[in-house]
Amino acid sequence: MSDVSIIGIGQTKVQESWDTSLRHLAWYAIEEALDDAHTNQIDAIYVGNMMAGQLSHQSHLGALVADFAGLRGAEAMTIEAADASGGAAMRQAVLAVQSGLVKTALVVGVEKMTDQTGNLVTSAMSTGLDADYEAVHGLTNTGVGALLMRRYMHQYGVGVADFAGFSVNAHANGADNPLAMFRNRLKAERFAAAPLVADPVNLFDMAPGGDGSAAVIVTRNERAMDMVPRPVRIAGSAIATDTLALHDRENLLWLKAAETSVQRALAAAGLTADDIDLFELHDSFTVMAALSLEAAGFAAKGEGWQLARDGQIHRDGRIPISTFGGLKARGNPGGATGVYQIVEVARQLRGSAGDCQIEGAKIGMAQNVGSNGASAVTHILRVNE
Amino acid sequence: MEVSRHWRLNEQRYRLVGETCDSCGTKLFPPRDVCLECAAPAKELYTFTGTGEVFSYTTIYDAPAGFEQNAPYTVALVKLEEGPLVTAQLTDMAKDEIHIGMPVEMVTRKLSTDGPEGMIVYGYKFRPAVVAAL
Ligand SMILES: [Zn+2]
Repeated sequence: MSDVSIIGIGQTKVQESWDTSLRHLAWYAIEEALDDAHTNQIDAIYVGNMMAGQLSHQSHLGALVADFAGLRGAEAMTIEAADASGGAAMRQAVLAVQSGLVKTALVVGVEKMTDQTGNLVTSAMSTGLDADYEAVHGLTNTGVGALLMRRYMHQYGVGVADFAGFSVNAHANGADNPLAMFRNRLKAERFAAAPLVADPVNLFDMAPGGDGSAAVIVTRNERAMDMVPRPVRIAGSAIATDTLALHDRENLLWLKAAETSVQRALAAAGLTADDIDLFELHDSFTVMAALSLEAAGFAAKGEGWQLARDGQIHRDGRIPISTFGGLKARGNPGGATGVYQIVEVARQLRGSAGDCQIEGAKIGMAQNVGSNGASAVTHILRVNE
Repeated sequence: MEVSRHWRLNEQRYRLVGETCDSCGTKLFPPRDVCLECAAPAKELYTFTGTGEVFSYTTIYDAPAGFEQNAPYTVALVKLEEGPLVTAQLTDMAKDEIHIGMPVEMVTRKLSTDGPEGMIVYGYKFRPAVVAAL
């Protein structure tokens, strides 16, 4: 168990925010988190971002965010781990506060995806792959999801329609989340007929990119208890890596980094997978949801999809996932996504999840995955008792 | 233009030159100097035969910059005869004949172009294997 607790959270709606700049996006989430924590004493800022240098011609987000949020002077920097940047930034804040060298840290995940159009966003997303041996062949991030899904279908004998339950669940939950990018319900029958993006991945298999920002403020637990009524404790926190390129993985269909980070986080928390009440996983593609459930120990190899078929991932199921819509329906703002996941688990544990609430949730897990398995960040949060 | 970035990989792009592990004999492509299996040094060069089979594949419709004119195109994971998987485009075949397990062989083709005036990047792709006469 760490000595770190969450005292403030904030998030913007994930959408195409044409009228909002990168800095404003970050500020809106930070403003909400500062209000929530009743403080503006921030000692360090960790910015989770993947693509601002390419999409907004803006690097050095640490100084930009600190300046624009009225936090000039604070220690601040960007943390990048492709689409796991947000989770990785959260991890740095936990380390900093746990070390005792930083009293209060702010994590802000921000991604501004709509300042470029067309294939420049696809190209930027692809920089998370191996530039010399994957992207140079025209492979894209979506293409990696498709290579995984095709192999999964072949090896485990499942069809495209068998993945539908993940997206149907995500959209059902997103429909109840006012901050979700998509709030329409999805019919399973329509799933397999959706237009292909990268065969066999279709439009309903993959999470939509959008602009968004989310923020979390953490401090030492003993201070947290005095500052806010319902601090949420960071019970476990871990990052692990695997080979960057998909073709180098020991087992293509096993998210080794995800497994390792879950095991480390559970060990730190003194818990087992059975103790987890909800799991915000990285459902960038339906196959990634299946693989994450398997790697975390909720399903045997090749059987993760069955949890979707059997409704075990629903709010009243054995292991609810994507409880606010997940990447699929809440939206996937790249390097900000991992911070959304933390905010959402914290809301579940505070009992402030509104229509998305999991009754009696006490322990929640968030997992942010970079480049389809090259990095995995797992955080376990629990109600402070 | 990123000339040196591509030029320094000519041996890999044109001839599939990888490495072999001194300790356990594992063949590595791409070369990485350290064995993926046993972590021993693996710096001895090894030229792959260029034959293998399709392990997984996808057709890309939403192409990144430099690949627009080729879209849709098919990218595969090819399991080389010597063991490693390699990421490459499939070429010289109809989409409906592609399947997992299909025997393929390496050829050199144009990978991408950087506009009408820009650099052309060449490298390996895989086509259906020409079955050797018995
Ligand atoms: Zn070896």
